[in-house]
Amino acid sequence: MIRHDLESEVTGTVWKILLAPGSAVAAGEVIMILESMKMEIPVESPMDGTVAEILVAENEQVEEDQCLAVVTA
Amino acid sequence: MQKVLIANRGAIARRVIRACNELGLQSVAVYSEADLGAPYLTEATAAYPLAGVHAAHTYLNASRLLAIARESGADAVHPGYGFLAENADFAAAVEAAGLTFIGPRPRWLAQMGDKVAARELFASQGFPVFAGSTLLTSSQQALRAAADIGYPVLVKPTGGGGGMGMMTVDDPAQLEVAVARARTVAAQAFGDGGVFLERYVPRPRHIEFQLLGDGQGGALHLYERECSVQRRNQKLLEESPAPRLDRAWLEQLAQQAAGIVGDLGYDNLGTLETLLTPQGEVGFLEMNTRIQVEHGVTEAITGCDLVKIQIALAAGEPLPAARPRQGHAMEVRLYAEDPQTLLPSTGRLAVFRPPTLHGLRVETGYQAGQTLTPHYDAMLAKLIAHADTREKAIGRLLVGLKAFEVAGVKTNAPLLIAVLQDEGFLAGQVDTGLVDRIRAKEAKRP
Repeated sequence: MIRHDLESEVTGTVWKILLAPGSAVAAGEVIMILESMKMEIPVESPMDGTVAEILVAENEQVEEDQCLAVVTA
Repeated sequence: MQKVLIANRGAIARRVIRACNELGLQSVAVYSEADLGAPYLTEATAAYPLAGVHAAHTYLNASRLLAIARESGADAVHPGYGFLAENADFAAAVEAAGLTFIGPRPRWLAQMGDKVAARELFASQGFPVFAGSTLLTSSQQALRAAADIGYPVLVKPTGGGGGMGMMTVDDPAQLEVAVARARTVAAQAFGDGGVFLERYVPRPRHIEFQLLGDGQGGALHLYERECSVQRRNQKLLEESPAPRLDRAWLEQLAQQAAGIVGDLGYDNLGTLETLLTPQGEVGFLEMNTRIQVEHGVTEAITGCDLVKIQIALAAGEPLPAARPRQGHAMEVRLYAEDPQTLLPSTGRLAVFRPPTLHGLRVETGYQAGQTLTPHYDAMLAKLIAHADTREKAIGRLLVGLKAFEVAGVKTNAPLLIAVLQDEGFLAGQVDTGLVDRIRAKEAKRP
């Protein structure tokens, strides 16, 4: 099994979570959208697989490099 | 008018405080916990804290701002840009509290804030608009309207701005899903799920006109600004005059826009934004009912002080006389962001030393030691160069950007420098695709 931890590239807030744990996900598909400095930052899956875990909630503040979700394939 | 509350932060708060100081008016600044330490707090007559850091709790907190206005004895409110600047309810609440709102009357904020209503108003006055729909109410109506407009078609929210919630649709099969998604985003971001369709213009130029009205039929324009150099639908660089366009044609459009503002009885400052296709067709985009970030470009070429004009018009004074323009002005926006990924960069400004150079104006609301948080936009400073030619203005900006010392956050200075040195840009070949083309070229470089 390949496991990929998706980490935040910025300090910001989780604006919207689009996929729930257990959802199938395609490479490049947006799992959640972060908001920082009035900019929307999509968090995309690096590969085809399954969203194994969502580790944050909407409106939660996140730090750079914080793990946001786990995708497995 | 004696005391002005500035319901904003950063460079524009500082800019308004300066205008108040020069006019002999007292000024009241407000600050969130994140903006404690901003240089303009001591430049204002008084500064009041806004508890919290989130925009919703601070600079968007209308009731708290009005309470501070009362407490401080302010008799006018300047909203700056962003936050509550185009919020008709806030403007109305300011007026209801017996204070002067420094901007157009609330009904103009409401009408121009509704993109469908604004588009129809300008179309009814004979200003060119691109093919588009009314507010969408059913998928059948959307399909019919899209077929009339022709694909690709743009789905746009009627509220909001900054390109948020916009979507391009290539064929009828995708339309229903795209409209539904745009509605969701618009409802979440702007509290209004209304969307409409408009012709999609690939690689347009963005040209806007600075307008002034006295609310009694009088109006004038202060020329155009070219604002096509953008990333993520946000402007990076603005200039005037617009390069490679027919002066007489631009003057005619600006006169037409000013005529409409006069006929409507619009008051105070406004900016008419238009798109220009590569074939030279022009169409209404939106009317902004506030001072623009890039107002300094117009100030440089005309010698006007647009903030003082706003204050004078709000106080019932007459319009200034028409002005000739001189030379070429160009502004770049220095953002705290990674020049490669364009992602915002937060952190403490360990070093922040703006350059002091002849012919270069720097507007900033920051000083060293402050921390940039994710809560507000990433603009660190504006650099505005004025010279007798476009080439000299570009040269001044290059020197200014290289001399601007910032440490603690990443800045987009390398990207701005790449734009200012790009052959196409130097030749005046600008459109909204320019930044992406330059980034693609830079990425290929070894």
